[in-house]
Amino acid sequence: MRTDPLRPDDPVLADRAAGWRGAYVHIPFCRRVCPYCDFAVVAGRDDLRDRYVEAVVAEIAMAEPFGPLQAVAFGGGTPSRLGASGLGRILEALANRFGLVGGSEVSLEANPEDWTPALAGGLVAAGFTRLSLGAQSFDPVVLGDLGRLHRPADIGRAVGEARRAGFERINLDLILGSPAESDASWDRTLAAALDCGVDHLSTYALTVERGTALSRAIRAGAPGPDPDVQADRYERALAAAAGAGLVRYETSNHAVPGAACAYNLLTWGGGEYEAFGTAAHGHRDGVRYWNVRRIDRYLERVEAGRRPESGREVIVGADRERERLVLGLRRAAGVIAGSGGRALLASPDGRRLVEAGVLAARGDRLVVARPLLGDEAARAVLALPLPDC
Amino acid sequence: MTAVSRIRNFSIIAHIDHGKSTLADRMIEKTHAVSARDMRDQVLDSMDLERERGITIKAQAVRLRYRSADGEDYLLNLIDTPGHVDFAYEVSRSLAACEGAILLVDASQGVEAQTLANALLAVEHGLEIIPVLNKLDLPASDPDRVAEEIAGVLGVDPSEVMRVSAKTGDGVDELLEAIITRLPAPGGDEAAPPRALVFDSYYDTYRGVVCSIRMFDGRISTGDRLRLMATGDTPTADEVGVITPAVVPVAQLGPGEVGYLITGIKEIDRIRVGDTVTRDDLRTETALPGYREPKPMVYSGLFPTDGDDFEHLREALEKLRLNDAALVFEPESSRALGFGFRCGFLGLLHMEIVRERLEREYDLDLVATAPSVAFRAVLTGGREIEIHSPQDLPDGGERSEVLEPYVRAMVITPSEYVGTVMELLQSHRGEMGSMQYLSPVRVELVYRVPLAEIVFGFFDQLKSRTRGYASLDYEPDGYRASNLVRLDVLLNGVPVDSFSAVIHADRAYGFGRRLVEVLRELIPRQMFDVPIQAAVGSRIIARETVRARRKDVLAKCYGGDVTRKRKLLEKQKEGKRRMKMVGRVEVPQEAFIAVLKVDED
Repeated sequence: MRTDPLRPDDPVLADRAAGWRGAYVHIPFCRRVCPYCDFAVVAGRDDLRDRYVEAVVAEIAMAEPFGPLQAVAFGGGTPSRLGASGLGRILEALANRFGLVGGSEVSLEANPEDWTPALAGGLVAAGFTRLSLGAQSFDPVVLGDLGRLHRPADIGRAVGEARRAGFERINLDLILGSPAESDASWDRTLAAALDCGVDHLSTYALTVERGTALSRAIRAGAPGPDPDVQADRYERALAAAAGAGLVRYETSNHAVPGAACAYNLLTWGGGEYEAFGTAAHGHRDGVRYWNVRRIDRYLERVEAGRRPESGREVIVGADRERERLVLGLRRAAGVIAGSGGRALLASPDGRRLVEAGVLAARGDRLVVARPLLGDEAARAVLALPLPDC
Repeated sequence: MTAVSRIRNFSIIAHIDHGKSTLADRMIEKTHAVSARDMRDQVLDSMDLERERGITIKAQAVRLRYRSADGEDYLLNLIDTPGHVDFAYEVSRSLAACEGAILLVDASQGVEAQTLANALLAVEHGLEIIPVLNKLDLPASDPDRVAEEIAGVLGVDPSEVMRVSAKTGDGVDELLEAIITRLPAPGGDEAAPPRALVFDSYYDTYRGVVCSIRMFDGRISTGDRLRLMATGDTPTADEVGVITPAVVPVAQLGPGEVGYLITGIKEIDRIRVGDTVTRDDLRTETALPGYREPKPMVYSGLFPTDGDDFEHLREALEKLRLNDAALVFEPESSRALGFGFRCGFLGLLHMEIVRERLEREYDLDLVATAPSVAFRAVLTGGREIEIHSPQDLPDGGERSEVLEPYVRAMVITPSEYVGTVMELLQSHRGEMGSMQYLSPVRVELVYRVPLAEIVFGFFDQLKSRTRGYASLDYEPDGYRASNLVRLDVLLNGVPVDSFSAVIHADRAYGFGRRLVEVLRELIPRQMFDVPIQAAVGSRIIARETVRARRKDVLAKCYGGDVTRKRKLLEKQKEGKRRMKMVGRVEVPQEAFIAVLKVDED
């Protein structure tokens, strides 16, 4: 029997994801480091790829099983640089250690210029179901400005090849509001992206992270992103995505019914996930932990039979309640108000947020009605004096 | 006790950075009052804050024993004077304790207005002046020109101007000798009823109020029952002594001597600077002249950012007041800022120092409102009231006139800037009194100016328009009726009492326009548009809008980001905690003193 898929912003889906389990695998390799990127990446060390695959497999073998996985995400870096065999080997190790539930989502990030029909076929055969393509823009000037190596035409080609190879779900990542972009070029990018027929769109405002080449350039006088312009572009993205049947279900994410990203839903719902690879973050048993960031240290540790964790924090009591609200409020479905949400509504900050139309109570849920001002609500939550229960 | 003829009491008059403390150190060193190894740099500046600012707030006296070329031992009492115009009264009391003064001038800079004002004050007190050029070791020094200038001002021969380098010690021996030969010994009648001038006091946690006194007539001994003539208090002299700079108790102090006095008194306002101390049983009929009640010139509201700190602020102010008789405060409540204190200060520097000490020593987070001078309003019934806060200005119908304090301002400037300085003074409603060439290249201008015009930002403007060369001094010069109005600011449609200012009617429009512009820059964008309006009475005279913030959200928050993003948000939250909620609007602390940033061009 076939049932209609849930809308991405359905509260039922949002709350269900809280009970899911997942795994995140970080693949740090990149052909070149993009000027805005502050992730744990390494360029020019492709020679370490085989050792890295073996190390991740070894790290997985050290993990405690905690039930079958609903979602597996390979992020980076550029996971596609490992090739189908390396990624397949890691996925196999995860499946053996944890098990995968039927219909689980297995997702990877890839860059259009690396994508080939052979890679696509190999990944589907290995069990991958979802592709998230780093498209960023369909404007060659913007792509150049962002330091990307692909051409606009590569994006459509990669999407077609992925679909023909059997990928069920395809997302395009877009960056909005970079200095080289105009309203018109952003509109063209949105139209071209939706024209590819993808079922998921992530539209991220360009963010200047500390320590990046972009941040140094701006300090030296280069133009930076303008938040008002980004707000305009964000609204254009909302309208264009909605016009194509994609529903916004998180601050920057849109999907057609049934195509919401399970791994992300799990994250925002407070679900648990194990993390593998450099700088990977995991969440399990009330603890958030993270691995060493440098690849040489990571390899040394794992090859010596030691776990590569470099830090952790225990999130319990009031902190857990605040985190539940902060993460949950990023979703269009909002969050069950609970004790923290009720305290927020009763607080002076909460009343101001409601008055300004940023925060709204809908039944037993709280939602952020003006997602562009979501951090106002997040900060108010973090400032809440909650009892530690 | 030392014979009066072997005593010399003097102070050093100098501009900031002209080397007063260094010269004092050299003198102490040369008279072996402190071993060189033990000597802290700049012994006379005791408080950390004073050291940082390079100024001396509280006067102190050091007794030096000096063997002169004539083979006799002399007592030199070096009496320190505060170095800022805010403390002019304290300066005058210190000078009253001396027979002579060293006028110390940086040979590369020349005379400054404040130095000159103090030197002339010293002359008025009948002090003998030894003009001294300092920093002869500097290549930029121009001793001949500066000596001419000083000689011209004091009406002496340029050859009487001595030359030293306090840094190297060159010329200091000659100066010590000149103190003996050129300065008069104190007078005083040993048999007369005692009269001592209190020229400084400070609060010591263990000893209570310690005051510096100068004996004029008679003697004061430990155990005497004293009488303070201004307050009528009759404490006992628990201890008298001298500072060498070690504290040395003595049995008694006699005519011409300078020392300290400790009584049982714990409250600093019971022993006031300028008061005369006598013996209760051997009372003088005539107090020493020149006593004045400490009078605040500038008022400002101090409010704790966190309302729970109100009592903490009260305690901190009370503690500061133990040591600062010029600080006055009374509780004030503001609709915008809650409960705080209206505080009176001698001037802006005094205000700054008090605020910094409250924040630094008492760990208070404060919002200070724009300072205001004390106006007077004559009510329609004829009664006159003093106004310390713009909110207290009665409405137009309830008052017949408003008076504002004036000062006699003296500016010394290189002659090339005379036109610029005159324009500046006129644009601040100044009226010219006199103009005098001190030398062919330096001019002294005397103007009558409203205090309110001088006290906020004027000094910076003067410095910037004369490339730092002009200097300023002023003294109170009565009250005059002015066409003053209260300018109110409405934030998001609601009047914010702490933004109000009293201003001359002719200036209200320009001032209001600039004030709302400055506020628009200072107030961050909020979740909604915030109109900022300036109004006089019910009439809006200027308006700006802080446009609503459109985007305030992190683009990404995925599994690997949760901890990092939360920390980022927490940091932003801390930044917001320092803002004050005024109605629905978050206002940063610096907005409350926006008035000081208004430059009306």
